[in-house]
Amino acid sequence: MASSVLTVPESRTMVLNMGPQHPSTHGVLRVILELDGEIVLKAEPVIGYLHTGIEKNFEKLTYSQCIPLTDRMDYLANLSNNLGFCLAVEKLADIEVPKRAQYIRVLLTEFSRIASHLVWLGTHAIDLGAMSVFLYCFREREEMLKILEAISGQRMMTSYFRIGGLALEPPPGYLEWISKFLDTFAGHLAEYEDLLTENPIWKLRTQGVGVLKLEDGIAMAVSGPSLRGSGSDYDLRKYFPYSSYEEFDFKVATQTAGDVYARYQVRLEEMRQSAKICRQAIDRIPSQGPFRAEVRGLVPPSREEMKTSIEGLIYHFKIWTEGITPPPGEVYQAIESPRGEIGFYVCSDGSNRPYRVKVRAPSFVNLQALPRLVIGKLIADVVASIGTIDIVLGEVDR
Amino acid sequence: MEFVTQHPVLVVSLIKIAIALFVVMTALAYLTWFERKVVARIQSRWGPYWVGPHGLLQPLADGIKFLFKEDVVPPTADKVAYLLAPFLALALALTTLALVPIGPATISILGQPTQLVISHSPIALILLFAISSVGVYGVMLAGWSSNSKYPLLGGLRSSAQMISYEVSLTLSVVGVLLLAGSFDFYDIVGHQAGHWFHFLPSWEIFPQFLGFICYLTAAIAETNRVPFDLPEGETELVAGFHTEYSSFKFAMFFMAEYGNMITVSCLATLLFLGGWLSPFPDRWSWQLYLPGAGLIIGGLALIVGGLRSVQWNAKAVFPVLGLVCIGVGYLCTLHGATHPVAKAVQGPFWFISKVFLLLFFYVWARGTLPRFRYDQLMSFGWKFLLPLSLINLVGTSIFVVLGWHP
Repeated sequence: MASSVLTVPESRTMVLNMGPQHPSTHGVLRVILELDGEIVLKAEPVIGYLHTGIEKNFEKLTYSQCIPLTDRMDYLANLSNNLGFCLAVEKLADIEVPKRAQYIRVLLTEFSRIASHLVWLGTHAIDLGAMSVFLYCFREREEMLKILEAISGQRMMTSYFRIGGLALEPPPGYLEWISKFLDTFAGHLAEYEDLLTENPIWKLRTQGVGVLKLEDGIAMAVSGPSLRGSGSDYDLRKYFPYSSYEEFDFKVATQTAGDVYARYQVRLEEMRQSAKICRQAIDRIPSQGPFRAEVRGLVPPSREEMKTSIEGLIYHFKIWTEGITPPPGEVYQAIESPRGEIGFYVCSDGSNRPYRVKVRAPSFVNLQALPRLVIGKLIADVVASIGTIDIVLGEVDR
Repeated sequence: MEFVTQHPVLVVSLIKIAIALFVVMTALAYLTWFERKVVARIQSRWGPYWVGPHGLLQPLADGIKFLFKEDVVPPTADKVAYLLAPFLALALALTTLALVPIGPATISILGQPTQLVISHSPIALILLFAISSVGVYGVMLAGWSSNSKYPLLGGLRSSAQMISYEVSLTLSVVGVLLLAGSFDFYDIVGHQAGHWFHFLPSWEIFPQFLGFICYLTAAIAETNRVPFDLPEGETELVAGFHTEYSSFKFAMFFMAEYGNMITVSCLATLLFLGGWLSPFPDRWSWQLYLPGAGLIIGGLALIVGGLRSVQWNAKAVFPVLGLVCIGVGYLCTLHGATHPVAKAVQGPFWFISKVFLLLFFYVWARGTLPRFRYDQLMSFGWKFLLPLSLINLVGTSIFVVLGWHP
C-alpha cells in the first residue's frame, strides 16, 4: 500500500481524538480537540461510553434494590451516593434516623471522602508525571478500603447505608481502627505535600492553568471543590445540613485563584477537615443503640425482633419480598459528595418502585466546564484540567 | 594466528567490540531491572519479584516477550523511514559507547597490547557529540513516518527538545575543554589527576560546578527522562513518538533510551568526575584494596541475604553469586595491591562506580519529580540553561586567558 506521509493538510489545524482509550482521561471520556500545533482551539467532551442506564433501572427495582445501583455511579465515593438516595427516600417516607446511625453515616461519608480525594490526588499527580504520589495515595487508600471491608463486607461497593439507617451493626473495634488510621494520615498528607506543594515544577504546571472564573462556575452550575477553588464557599454540609452535619465543627476550604493549584489546595484542606469531622464523629458515636429506625412497614425490624415476635416476622417478610411503599409524592435531596452537589430527585406513585429517579450528578455538570478551562492552552493543560475537575465517568453517564 | 599478526587492529577491535556489546547489552537490560527496583523502593512496593530471584530474570523475560510479540506496521506508515528509525536510534546509541574509555590500563589481547577503549581518537569528544546528534533523526523519523497523530506530536516535541538542549549540553562541556585543552578523553582525565590541599580531588566538577549542573540537566532532557520526558509523556501523548511501534522495534527504542542514559553518564564521569581516577590521594595505599574489599563485602551480603530470603530460588542462586563475588574479590587482592590484575581493576572500578551513581540519580529523579510542560521546557532550555552555560563558558574563558586556572 503506497501512501505518502507528506499529504498537505487543507487547513492549519489538526483534530485529535483524545480518548476514549487514553491513559489520562480517567475512564472512557473522549475529548475532541482541535489543535493548532499544540494549542487547543476547540475542545468538545463526548460522553456516553459508560452508559449503564442506571436511572432507568431504578424504575424497575424496589427502593432497597436501588441502593446497590447507586454504588455503581460514583464508584469512588459510593457511600455519598448511598447516603443521598437513602436521605431522599427517608424524606419521602418521613423516617427519622436514630442519632447513632446519623453519626456513623457522617463518619463513613467523610472517611470515603478522604479515600475519594486520595484517588483524585494520585491520578492527578500521575497525569502531571509525579508517579510516586500515585502509589503513596493508593497505599493509604488500601488501608481505608480494608476498614470499609471490615465494616460493610465490601471494599468499594459497600451499599452500607440503607433506608432508615445502616445495613448492619458495625464490627467491634472499628472506631479504634479508624482513629488509628487518622493518626497516621496527617503524616501521610504531609508527605504528599512535601513532594508537590512547594515543588517548582508542580507549581509551574498548575498555577494559572485551567482558570475557572467564579461567574462562569456559577453560570455552569459547577459545584464542590471545583467551585470552591474559585472563591465560593458553597458547601451543602453548611448551607443545607443533613444527617446532623450542623452539629459538627469544620471549615469549608476555599481558595480564590480558581486555577488547578487552588483546587489542589482546596482538596488537600478538605481531606484535613474530613479527618477532623471523623474524629468528632468518633467521639460522639454511642457504643450502644439502634442503628436503624424503628418504623413499622418501612424499615426492616431488628433480627432479634424478627426471630421473637410474629409481627416482626411478618414485616420482615413483607419488606424483603415486596419492598416498601412510600406515600405518593416527589422529593429532591442533595448532599455534598467529594465531587460536588449530588442530588436525588425521587418521584413516588405510591407503589413499591420509584416512578422516576433523576440524579443530578456533579461529575456530569462539572464536565461541561472543561472546554472553558482548556481553550487557548496546550495539550498538557488539557490533561491537568481533566484531572482537576475530578470526574468519575460512571457518574457522568449513569 | 597469522591473520592476527597481519591485522592486529582489526582482530583486537572485533574482540573488544564483542565484549563491549555483550557487557553493554547486559548492562542495558539490568539497568531496566535496577530502575524498576529502585523506583519500587521509593514507592514502597516490591517491583519485579517473581521471575527469577528478586526478578533478576525479568529483563530476559521482557526481551523474550518483545521478540515474540506481533510486529504491527501501520498500513499508512512510510515503510522505509518507519523501519529505519529504531535501527538508527539503537545503532547510534551503541556507537557512541565505542569512544568511551573505562580505564587507564593497557591490557593484552592475543599478545597485542591495547587500551580499555574500542576506538581511541584524539577528537573523541567531538566525534561523540556528532554521533549522538544524529540520534535525533531516529526519534524524528519515528514520529513522522508512523503517520499518526500522537507520534507526530511526540516527534515534533522531541526534535525541538533534543536540538534545543543539545546546544546547552555542548556549551556546558566547553569549559572543561578549555581547562584541559584537549578533545581526547585520556588527556581530559589526565588533567584531572592530583589533589588540591592534599585531599580534595582536582576534578573538573569543582571549578566547573555550574557547567556540571548545566550538563546534568541538559543530559536528562537529551535522553528524554523525567522531568523532561515530554516526547513520550505517557499521560499526554500515550507513548509519544513510539506509539505505533510494537514488538522488538519498540524494544530497540527502549534500549536506545537506556543506552543514551549510559552514554551521558559515562561522559559526565569522564568530563567532570575524574573518570577512572580514585577520589583518594595516592599516598593512601589501602584504597587499592577497595575493589576487592567491595566485592567480598557484597558477596557476603548476597550470601546472607540469599539464605534469609523466603524465595527458594533466591536461596539457591544468591549464595552462589555471593561466592563468585568473593572469589573475584579475593583474586583482586590475592597478591597484594601491587599485582598487575589488582592495578588494572582500579580504573574500571572507580569509573563504573561513578557511572552507577549518576544512573541512580536519574532513577531517583524519576521517582520524585513531576513533568514539565512543553513550552516551559523550551523556555527553561533557552532562557535559563543556555545563558547559564554561556556565563560559565565566558567566565572560564576569562580565567583561562588570565592564566588563573588550576
